[in-house]
This record gives sequence, structure tokens and C-alpha cells, in this order.
Amino acid sequence: MKAIKNTGLVIFLVGLAIFTALPVIGTFKVERASFGQMAEEQGFAKSELFVQAMQNSVVGKEFEGMPALSPLVTTALETANSQYRKNKEYKKIIYTKPNDMALLIGKKSGNGFIVHNKGLMWFLTFGLGIVGALMFILPNVVLLGKKGIKNNGIYLENSTNRGWIAWLVFFFLVAFYVVLYFAPQYAVNWTYLVDPISESLSGNPAGHWFVYGFMYCVVMTVMAVRMYIKYRHNVYQVVRTTSVLFFQIVFAFLIPEIMVRLQMPYYDFKNAFPLDYDFFFQWNLRELTNSGGIGLFILVWGIVLTLVIVPVMVYFFGKRWYCSWVCGCGGLAETLGDPYRQHSSKSLFSWKVERWLIHGVLVFAVAMTLMTLYSFFSETGTVLGLKTSGVQNTYSTMIGAVFAGVIGTGFYPIFGNRVWCRFGCPLAAYLGFVQRFKSRFRITTNGGQCISCGNCSTYCEQGIDVRAYAQKGENIIRSSCVGCGICSAVCPRGVLKLENGPLEGRINPTEVLLGNDVDLMEMVNKK
Amino acid sequence: MEHIVIIGNGISGVTVARHVRKLSDKKITIVSTETDYFFSRTALMYVYMGHMKFEHTQPYENWFWKKNRIDLVKGYVTQVDHPHKKLLLQDGREIAYDKLVVATGSKPSKFGWPGQDLLGVQGMYSKQDLDQLEANAPNNLSCKRAVIVGGGLIGIELAEMLRSRDIPVTFLVRENSFWDGVLPGGESQMINEHILEHHIDLRLGANLGEILADENGRARAVVVQETGEEIPCDMVGLTAGVSPNIDFLRDSGIELGRGVKVNRYLETNIEDIYAIGDCAEQHTAIGNRRPIEAVWYTGRMMGEALAQTLCGKKREYRPGHWFNSAKFLDIEYQTYGWVFSERGMKENERHFHWRHAKEKICITVAFDTANNQFLGINTFGIRMRHRCFDRWLTEKRSVDHVMEHLRDANFDPEFYAQYEAEIVAKFNSELGRDITPRKKSWKRIFTTA
Ligand SMILES: Cc1cc2nc3c(=O)[nH]c(=O)nc-3n(C[C@H](O)[C@H](O)[C@H](O)COP(=O)(O)OP(=O)(O)OC[C@H]3O[C@@H](n4cnc5c(N)ncnc54)[C@H](O)[C@@H]3O)c2cc1C
Ligand code: SF4
Ligand code: SF4
Repeated sequence: MKAIKNTGLVIFLVGLAIFTALPVIGTFKVERASFGQMAEEQGFAKSELFVQAMQNSVVGKEFEGMPALSPLVTTALETANSQYRKNKEYKKIIYTKPNDMALLIGKKSGNGFIVHNKGLMWFLTFGLGIVGALMFILPNVVLLGKKGIKNNGIYLENSTNRGWIAWLVFFFLVAFYVVLYFAPQYAVNWTYLVDPISESLSGNPAGHWFVYGFMYCVVMTVMAVRMYIKYRHNVYQVVRTTSVLFFQIVFAFLIPEIMVRLQMPYYDFKNAFPLDYDFFFQWNLRELTNSGGIGLFILVWGIVLTLVIVPVMVYFFGKRWYCSWVCGCGGLAETLGDPYRQHSSKSLFSWKVERWLIHGVLVFAVAMTLMTLYSFFSETGTVLGLKTSGVQNTYSTMIGAVFAGVIGTGFYPIFGNRVWCRFGCPLAAYLGFVQRFKSRFRITTNGGQCISCGNCSTYCEQGIDVRAYAQKGENIIRSSCVGCGICSAVCPRGVLKLENGPLEGRINPTEVLLGNDVDLMEMVNKK
Repeated sequence: MEHIVIIGNGISGVTVARHVRKLSDKKITIVSTETDYFFSRTALMYVYMGHMKFEHTQPYENWFWKKNRIDLVKGYVTQVDHPHKKLLLQDGREIAYDKLVVATGSKPSKFGWPGQDLLGVQGMYSKQDLDQLEANAPNNLSCKRAVIVGGGLIGIELAEMLRSRDIPVTFLVRENSFWDGVLPGGESQMINEHILEHHIDLRLGANLGEILADENGRARAVVVQETGEEIPCDMVGLTAGVSPNIDFLRDSGIELGRGVKVNRYLETNIEDIYAIGDCAEQHTAIGNRRPIEAVWYTGRMMGEALAQTLCGKKREYRPGHWFNSAKFLDIEYQTYGWVFSERGMKENERHFHWRHAKEKICITVAFDTANNQFLGINTFGIRMRHRCFDRWLTEKRSVDHVMEHLRDANFDPEFYAQYEAEIVAKFNSELGRDITPRKKSWKRIFTTA
């Protein structure tokens, strides 16, 4: 069994190594004909300087790896644009970002082994990764022994106790997200691997976001297998994991791609505003209003989802129905992130930071959206002296990319798996208000049974000091609780139960716990 | 300002301190020797097993004490000088008090076994014991086998701890079935099976004869009294119960039995000195309870009650219905009310036992044959709601009532398989009843007695 695990690990690492090498290898050749065609289609023929520069230094030549090709494209574009800016020939400026231009050109010019062996390359990266990971995970069915909580050694192992392996994973994830958001041209080779899949779904070749979406599903599926094994005694975990997996694969991945094939707008029906922060951006509203019936339906659905469905569901079931049953960010956190859940800080200080940050982001998101809508309807570009597009770009970069992506996932191995959900997600903040003030959901504390052991707090991914409530006999009513149910699972004394019940008695501050003198309880608790 | 001094920063000492602070402005000092800050003793095992770090066992952040003006003194009290109302610490310091609370907990019992003080022989009570275990049994290369002596709750925890590092364990249990002085036969039997499932070499009806030393004074083997068998080992865990940690009070004039003798107000024979938690011994036991109650919850409850007395609202320690819980490897155990083992069973007590056909799940319900009154329940592998049983006990409900409303009491996580129908069916057939279990009702759950 151990041998299978180790072989699996090696296979996985080989797949990962090849995947990691892809951004810097491969042959690229920009053919004259395809460059001409691109220039026409993408409308950058207007920039004679750029076309000229490209003709001189790029077109017709062969490059080994994106690092050789990309700088030539980006410099050419930047030089051309700055020249036009100086000459005030604004019409000739190309507004495509340099990195995106490199991606565009790169994607069209891949040439060589990788492009001609997409299937094989897929197998050598994704395939080996999946096979290796499963070989590593499946033996646990036997190795973990009898079913029950399996947290042995978490704090004794390097990878789950912030050792060098954890730091390595941290750097890897951060680098991956930086490439994805800020240097997508280096993801070109990755896109080739999944071209066949993308073409079979939407009919289009894959972009880097397709790579991400596909990988997201693969990672979640493999890590869900791990969840199933680890928590096989806990039906709540099994059902919940199946649910997030379903919503990710079907709603976030398949349906939007198929909609594109059917000439409909790309839309994830479960992604609610304000997590889906660009829902009300001009370009999206335009696209939706120009897409006929389905566009209109999406528009109405998006608004109803946020204003009606989300709060009503939170009233009945707590915010968990979204955060740990449906949401994609939550889904990744609950699968890939599960081995790191113990790293969320439980200090009061962190709680303070959390409240400022998450509500700050919510205010930012709402303010930005109001600006956007005002701009949209009054057709101005500035509101109160601020450029709407500037604010939108700031949000997209700082919150959408850096916070939700790079920090949100990259920081898993060090700061726990819900950094984004806890400190940043504006939707979570909104759901949290409803959960805190008007919801049937609570985690019931079982009378006086708590022994203050601290397992619940340690494994709460949201950094809630669950024990602080349980040891006082109080129910846990916290806006940030995503209802993952792990505190209840790990409690060795059966103290915690997630449940939906009447509002009355939901919040029950206590000083003296059940089991003591009834008169004393009455006297102290009634005060 | 009155100065309240507490010896011992365990659950009982800390509870009394917190409540006194809530009720008053008195000066509070806790003197303790084991650790700087309060930690949860019950969680020590999880540190060795790698579920948590030691800091996670501390229920309050370090700033808590200063903020609540609870002074912490680290030191060992060697003497209580009650005529002068002061404490003497080992390092020579003196602390004057107006009221003194002794909350010094327990220490592992040793019964004068030959070799009990050898290197590699230890109990499992304190933080120091935990550190020692880390030294004695870091892995299965340097500790090729461990022998645990004494089949109680701490013994089985120690076995689980060692098994988490794949260290072979031999478990000497004096009784003929695990913990059968407390658990009824069916349950005790189930736990025996579960212990074996975890590849623990369980020896029932086996006492420790002696511990043999190697040339360096380290334990090298254990001899079983009954058979004379020599079991080679690198570590011996002595977990045959605990006894009050009160040796430093021997000549203090405070009345001692096995523990510090207290009345219902938790007062000792000496004015302004009180004792609570594991180290306190009631002159006469309360109900079915033992005179010394060495569990977490009772330490806390004594603290809650004593704080009132210290703040001028004199109050007896009057615990409600008995409850307790533990975990045997993977099996959670809860108990509400009284279910005695066959050995301790009361005259009119009768048991109804149900066990799952495959899973390690079972319950035992005790009731009074004379009036059918529900007396208590033991549950293994099913979580139950404290609130419901507490109320049924207060209301002196019949066992039939409890069976009928058993669904209200289910506390397992959502989507778990529910066994009430099966349980009640067996109850009906065994006792010739015709009870239909009722649907869970929030209204009933929330009504208070
Ligand atoms: C491994 C283990 C697991 C357990 N699990 C459970 C469980 O699951 N459920 C349950 O109900 N109970 C459990 N218990 C029992 C429970 O932990 C005790 O009943 C409880 O901790 C007693 O609390 P206390 O405050 O009375 O004493 P303690 O927690 O023992 O605290 C007393 C403190 O006083 C200090 N002290 C003693 N003498 C002096 C002195 N002279 N000067 C200064 N300081 C002194 C000691 O060093 C100690 O730190 C467990 C115990 C152990 C050891
Ligand atoms: S409190 Fe419990 S259910 Fe809520 S997020 Fe934390 S671990 Fe999950
Ligand atoms: S895990 Fe359970 S017993 Fe431990 S502190 Fe939390 S609620 Fe209490």
C-alpha cells in the first residue's frame, strides 16, 4: 500500500513537473499569412508601427519558448503605442494589453511537438497528475483504518504544518495565479492541452480561462475522492462534497461552455452578485440586452438570485447552502483546501481584521456597482470626479485577481483554505448579515458536554473560536460560519450539531451550563 | 480589596476565577506550577497524535488574564499557613490571601509496584507527562512496544495515542472485560472488540506483577502477575486511576481524607479555605455520585457554584442530573442519568440494550422495574441531546415516554442513518409494548421543564 502511494506520488510529481515546464518550452513560429489574417481580424492593422516591428523581428522566425517570443511582442506594442500617444494619433493606439497580445499571437503560432501531440501532452500532464494523485489517495481506504476522524499527524507532518513542502506549494500556487491573471501568454502551451476538450464543448479553441476551469474541476474531483475517504463515516460531508462538485462541474464549467456553443452569453447560473462583481458592468449589460430572450432571462435571474433566492435560502438553511454546498470558491476550499483548514487564525485580532476587510470589500463592490449603473444609465464615464472604468479596473485587479485568486487560493498552505471567503468575499459578507440576524440556522451546543479540547476551533476553516461558545453552552451564531460541519465532525464529545430550527431560543447566552444546579442556572442565566 | 487566591489553574480553578471576576471586583490570583496558562487537560492526547499543537489546547488567548485582572503566578505551593493566611511557595515567595481555593487536581495513582519509578515508566496526566511521552515513545523505532497498565479512560486514550504512531501496545486490564465496573456487559464487550480491531494487544484479567529494569535503570519488560509472562517493552504507562494531588497539605491542619474534605458549600474545616475539582472530597456523597468526582464537568460546576459563595451569595454545590462522555478510539460515548454495570446495579434497575447488527453502535437504557421510571441511558456511536434527557429525568418520565420521543433526542449530524424505529421495535418486542416513535418536534425540544 505504501509502495502504491509512493509510486503515485512520483507519477504525480512527473506530471506536475512537465506541466510546470510548459510555460517556458515549445516552439513558436508566427507565419506571415496567419499574422496578416490576425492583424485584419483583431483590427491591429491600424497600428503600422506595431505591424512593422512585428514583421521585422517576429514574423517568419522560430522561437524556442514563450520567454523568447513574448518580450518582443510586448515591447513592440508598447513602443508603437507610446509613439502614437506622443504624436497624438490616438486612433492608431491598440488597447489590447501587451500580455494579452502576446497570448493572442502565441496561441496562433504554436508549432512543434506540443501542438501536434495534444492528446499525448494532456496525458503527460493532466493524465499523470490524475493517475498519480489517485494512486496516492486511494490506498487510504485501507491505510486509514477504521472509519472515524483521521487527523493523526497533521501537525507532525511538514506539508500540513507549514513546513518547507507547504511553502513550496504556496509559491507554486501563487506563481500559477500570477501567470493566469497577469502573464497569461505563458499559459499558451497549457491551452493546447485542452483544445480538444474545449472544441468539443463550445466549438472554440481553449483560452487560459478554459484551462483554469478545466483544471479546477479536475482538482476538485480528485480531492473530493480524498474527502470521501477521509470522512466516509460522516454522511453530511459526503453529501456536501458531492453537491459542490456537481455545481462546479455542471453549472460553472459545462453549462456556460455549452451556452457559448448555442450562441448564448457565457453565464454561470449559480454565481451570484456581488461575488460575480462584473454582472452589472456596461459590457455585460450590453451583451445580455443584445442576446434576446436568454439574455433578458439571465439579467432577471441574476437580480432575483441576489435579492430573493440568496437571502430566503439563508433564512431557511444558513449561508452554508451557498458557501459550502454550491459555490465554486468554497468548493475548491473544501476539497483542495481541506488539508490546510487548521491554519486559519483564531485570534480575536484576526476577527477584527476580518470584519473590517470583508465589509470593506462589500462596500467597495456595492459602491462600484452603483457608480457603474449610474454611468450606464446617464451615459457618463465619471461619477463624482472618479472614472468609473478606473474604479472597475482597480476592483478587478485588487479584489478579483489578487485577493480572490492569488491570495485566496495561493495562501491555502499557510493561512488556511478560506482566506478569501473569510476576509474578502462580498457575497459572504451579505449572506453573513442574513445568517446572523435572521436565519433558522445555528450550531447547537449540546448542553454541558464540552470539554474545551479545542478540536472544533482548530479545524474551523473560518477561524471561528467555536470552543469559546461551546464551553459556555452557547449556540454558535456567527455571520462567517459557512456550515462546513467539520467542527461537529471532529468534536470528540458530540457537542455540536448544525441544524435549522425555530428562531426563538437560537441565540442563548449562558453563564452556567446545563447539568449544574437548576436554580443556579436560572438565577445566573436569566440576568 | 479582598484577595482571592486559587491554587491550581485547571478547569475548576479557572472557572471560579472567571465567575468571581464577573460577579465582583475582588483581587484574584491563581498560583499554579504546571503551565503558565490554563490548558485543557482532556486535549493532551491530541497534541501527541498531531491533531493539535499545545497552544490549541489553551481555551483563552494569553491577553485574556490581564484584561480580566486575573493575576497568574507560576510556582509550587509547599505550605498553607492558615493562621497567618498565607501561602509559601517553593521558591521562597509568600502570598497572602483572604480566601483560599484549593483546586490542585489529581495525580496518577501508583500502587507500589516493583519498578514503578524506573525510567520509561510514566503516567499520563500533566503537560510534563506529555513531554515525557514524546521522549519515551517518539516513534516505533525507539519504542518497539509499550505496555499500558490499567483499563480506564486514560488508559485507552494512551493506547490510542501510541497507536497513532504505529507503536505496538499491550494493554493490561485487571477486569475481565474493559471498564466493566462502569459499563454494562454488552457495551463493555463491544469496546473489547473495538480495542482488538485497533490492533491493541488487550489482556483482560491481567495485573501488573513487576517492571524489570535494564542495566541503565530503564524499563525493559513487564511481568504479568497472573501468568508470569514477561513482555519486553520500552515504555510503560501507568493509568490505573488518579488520586487527589494534596500531599503538600498533609500537615496544614486542613482535614484530609483521600482528598480535601469539604461540605456541600465546598468549605473545608478551616474558615476561608475551600476546595473544588478533582482534589475535593465530599463528606458524604451526593446522590449516586462518588465523594470524589474526578471529571471535567464537575470541576467546572463546583467552580460555578463556589464563585457565588465567594461573592457573598452562599450556595451549595448541588449538581443536576449526572452526565458524562468519553471516546473509545473511534466510538463516542455519552451518558445521561444513571446506568450501572451489572456489578453496581440497583435493586429495581433493569436494562434494555440494543446493538446495531454491523456497526459499533449501541445503547443501554436503564429504568425502574417498580414504576417504569426512566433512570438513564448510555449511548455509543449515536449522539444524543443533553437537554432532552435532562428534562426527562427532571420530569421523572417513564421509559415508554422516552422511547416514544427518542427522535427528539437524536443529536447526530444531518443525513445520518437513524435507528430510533429499530430501537423502539426491539424495545416493544422485548418488553411487550406497543410504542410508535413520534416525529421529532422542535416545540417539545425547546420547552423547558
Ligand atoms: C488524559 C486525560 C483525559 C481526560 N479526559 C477527560 C474527559 O474526557 N472528560 C472528563 O470529564 N474528564 C477528563 N479528564 C479528567 C479531567 O481532566 C480532570 O477532572 C480535570 O482536569 C480536573 O480539573 P482540576 O481543575 O480539578 O485540576 P487540574 O486540571 O489537575 O489542575 C490542577 C492544577 O494545579 C496544579 N497544582 C497542583 N498542586 C499544586 C501546588 N501545590 N502548587 C501549585 N500548583 C499546584 C497542578 O499542576 C495542575 O496544573 C481527563 C484527564 C486526563 C489526565
Ligand atoms: S463553525 Fe463549524 S461549520 Fe461553521 S465554518 Fe467553522 S467549522 Fe465550519
Ligand atoms: S471539539 Fe467539542 S468538546 Fe472539544 S472544545 Fe469543541 S465543542 Fe468542546
